[in-house]
Amino acid sequence: MSAPVDARTAVAEAFRDEWGQVVATLIRVTGDWDLAEECAQDALTLALQRWESEGVPRRPGAWLTTVARNRAVDRMRRAAVGEAKLREVAAMAVEPPSGEPPDDTIPDDVLRLMFTCCHPALAPEARVALTLRALAGLTTAEIARAFLVSEQTMAKRLTRAKQKIRHAVIPFRVPGPALLPGRLRSVLSVLYLLFNEGYSASSGDELVRRNLTAEAVRLTRVLTRLMPDEPEAAGLLALMLLHDARTPARTGPSGALIPLEEQDRSLWDRPRIEEGVSLLDRAMARRSPGPYQVQAAIAACHATAPTPADTDWPQIAALYARLSRLTPSPVVELNRAVAVAMARGPAAALPLLDALDSTGALAGHHLLPATRADLLRRLSRPAEAATAYRQALALVPTAPERRYLAHRLAALPPPLSVSPPTPPLRHRPAPASKHQSP
Amino acid sequence: MKYMLLICGDESAAEHADEGCGGWSEEMSERGVLQGGGGLRPPSEATAVRVRDDEVLLTDGPFAEAKEQIGGYCIIECADLDEAIDVAARHPAAGYGTIEIRPLWEP
Repeated sequence: MSAPVDARTAVAEAFRDEWGQVVATLIRVTGDWDLAEECAQDALTLALQRWESEGVPRRPGAWLTTVARNRAVDRMRRAAVGEAKLREVAAMAVEPPSGEPPDDTIPDDVLRLMFTCCHPALAPEARVALTLRALAGLTTAEIARAFLVSEQTMAKRLTRAKQKIRHAVIPFRVPGPALLPGRLRSVLSVLYLLFNEGYSASSGDELVRRNLTAEAVRLTRVLTRLMPDEPEAAGLLALMLLHDARTPARTGPSGALIPLEEQDRSLWDRPRIEEGVSLLDRAMARRSPGPYQVQAAIAACHATAPTPADTDWPQIAALYARLSRLTPSPVVELNRAVAVAMARGPAAALPLLDALDSTGALAGHHLLPATRADLLRRLSRPAEAATAYRQALALVPTAPERRYLAHRLAALPPPLSVSPPTPPLRHRPAPASKHQSP
Repeated sequence: MKYMLLICGDESAAEHADEGCGGWSEEMSERGVLQGGGGLRPPSEATAVRVRDDEVLLTDGPFAEAKEQIGGYCIIECADLDEAIDVAARHPAAGYGTIEIRPLWEP
């Protein structure tokens, strides 16, 4: 037993590190999600009292699981659950007599829980909510705040999902080889969505959002440890780290977003960037590329450029072309056009925008005219640029983007005059599913 | 665990009515999965019945006029939803219509 002084810290750490494991183990044995969460909560409450007076146990996770298991047996006894089931729960292996950690079973339960929470038969928003509740231990109120819905709505969403898991018998297991690739994609996309929600949301509580990105990174780390042979899982973790490394430089004193090319690069988190790059290198060495690895490679090009001028734009343009083949999307095409403009000049990118325009995929969206305006401005065609800026201004949804566009429009030289040196194009190396995020 | 597969399709699904299930029924019966089921004649031949105030009320047609209508059903016995999804995905109607998997109420 260690000194009791940091019992509170120990409980907070145990909560972060062990919650998912305790809940996952109890779900496997009892099959009851609510019971598992309640007993895990009870165990943490008890830890707060006991660890203060008795010291922090050597293995907090096993302590919590044992206490939660005993609590589950009590509750099930009171609920008159059959003897056979009770014996099974009471006999549940938490800590073998030798004291050796049962490492081979416990991480498997966490992995099972991840795949069950992200089962594609559940609605996407339910998968995200369940992951945050069961794996990360966020309260219903916290999850509701993060997704800007009422606590009641979120509680209903969670209850409905758990009922479906129970009554439709969604299995608590890691799927076999035939189903694994598709199911892993679902797990990765939930983690990515979680990260994006924290990273790119334009509204909501700052602390709650930081918590979301931190949880997404932590859970993806757990996943890569449990599935070390999946390069896309490593690619996703690399992508998250490379984006997250820029966080200290992304907002100004007033909270306004600072575009990538104007960020103070000395504020970027170097160890995070190095970790992301080395993860990505190891993943790429497996020669099984996927969209997360390619996006991480793009993020790495930005993260490793000492100044904006050092950015390897030809490489980024090639990576976007590859991403476009892997996951065709108009936003990816738009980013490819911007990268081409940076690599080969604005004139080379205009035909790409025309092609995108003719598909109508981004109709009603400000990004296409805004990008066109930037290209025309750089080509010293101010009259056409002004028209495009006005089109973009009519469509732009957020105030910071509106201010940016209005500023650019006002700074345009009058037609036929000599244009001053212009600032560089704006690039948005945002996660592909989001539309604005420096 | 018992599930009902509700086989749904729009009007164009009717042209598949006499195609049978391409060996699906035989395979699933052999595996002990398929417990029963059948195909339905078109919704235009349906009659809806309600009793209100001791009076039997009849309506021509199905519950609701929807684009997709139920054209058949099966009762299957599976270990879990993943097995039920696999069984449903192998049904030929999954290739042109939609199959809804509903767990049966179990007391």
